[in-house]
Amino acid sequence: MDDGRAGWPETVFAALKAADVRHMSYVPDAGHAALITRMSADPEIATHVLTTEEEGVAIAAGAWLGGVRSVILMQSSGVGNCVNMLSLPAMTRAPLLMLVTMRGEWAEFNPWQAPMSRATQTVLEAMGVRVLRADAPEDAAEAVSAAATMAYEADGQVAVLFGQRLLGRKTW
Amino acid sequence: MVKMNRREATAALLAARGDALVVSGLGSPSYDLHAAGDDARNFYLWGAMGGAALVGLGLATAQPGRAVIALTGDGEMLMGMGALATIGVAKPQNLSVVVLDNGHFGETGMQASHTGRGVDLAAAALACGFAEARTLTGLEEVRALAAPLAAPAAGPRLFVLRVAAEPLPRSLPARDAVFLKNRFRASLGLGVN
Repeated sequence: MDDGRAGWPETVFAALKAADVRHMSYVPDAGHAALITRMSADPEIATHVLTTEEEGVAIAAGAWLGGVRSVILMQSSGVGNCVNMLSLPAMTRAPLLMLVTMRGEWAEFNPWQAPMSRATQTVLEAMGVRVLRADAPEDAAEAVSAAATMAYEADGQVAVLFGQRLLGRKTW
Repeated sequence: MVKMNRREATAALLAARGDALVVSGLGSPSYDLHAAGDDARNFYLWGAMGGAALVGLGLATAQPGRAVIALTGDGEMLMGMGALATIGVAKPQNLSVVVLDNGHFGETGMQASHTGRGVDLAAAALACGFAEARTLTGLEEVRALAAPLAAPAAGPRLFVLRVAAEPLPRSLPARDAVFLKNRFRASLGLGVN
């Protein structure tokens, strides 16, 4: 079935390349699978798989200290794991770009996803992270491009939430 | 056996740092690094507990031609033990993690930590795929490590330095992380946004 959703990870990849992102770290999510594969195959992008999402926040700050633009991919549940580590980009005013795939908000079969889903945007904003959302496939790349400018050019801490409606129903 | 003084151990370890980049973890490791000599190539953390080794990984990835040393304590390394797995998989050849291990949570009342109760961080690092990981107990061993620490290795390394749990005068680096960031990046020829 091609409902127009299939191509959005490629457009996001192009937006990250245009922003000269050279590092990506991730805790996997099904919604990020295509982008993880695409970025991992790019010899110009170093990638690190994480045991928990907060590691990516620390690695991104280190990469920036060394002159490299980093992006972190995670699921909404992982945002909760990042909270205290978000002090690091806040205090250093170092660029932070997080791409977050949402669970628990649209056709969700697992009720355990709901609490952190409800808290995701609140928690990010409580720690000073600006939140942008993309709920339609055609908006994803533009949101990432805008967020990348705010992060890397303006020393911002920015998360883009990819709505679960964009990602589609999880096959169960 | 008398345990090492952490200030002497840190100074001995960094005596031949060359152009190595050093990240220090919150609390005593940041004071120890500052006491060994302030430097634009030092980045002192004052919070973000669990992050020092991983800031080191990001930096080592961005600057593959430079030796990177992450100086941390047992409490912080224990909080971020997943970092050992992440670094073990990443396999940077220019990253060394140095744990100043006094077996206690020194900033919060000297409660015994997990390493003080038998947890072996060097063994954990080896199990995670580090190229070298061992525990050093004497200053001579630390002095012998100073030169190899600044050189590339076969993969990531972790050294546990057994130091005394003793109160020392604080040696306070700047707390303004924006200043520290810009000073550090300028030392690498990187600009300010």
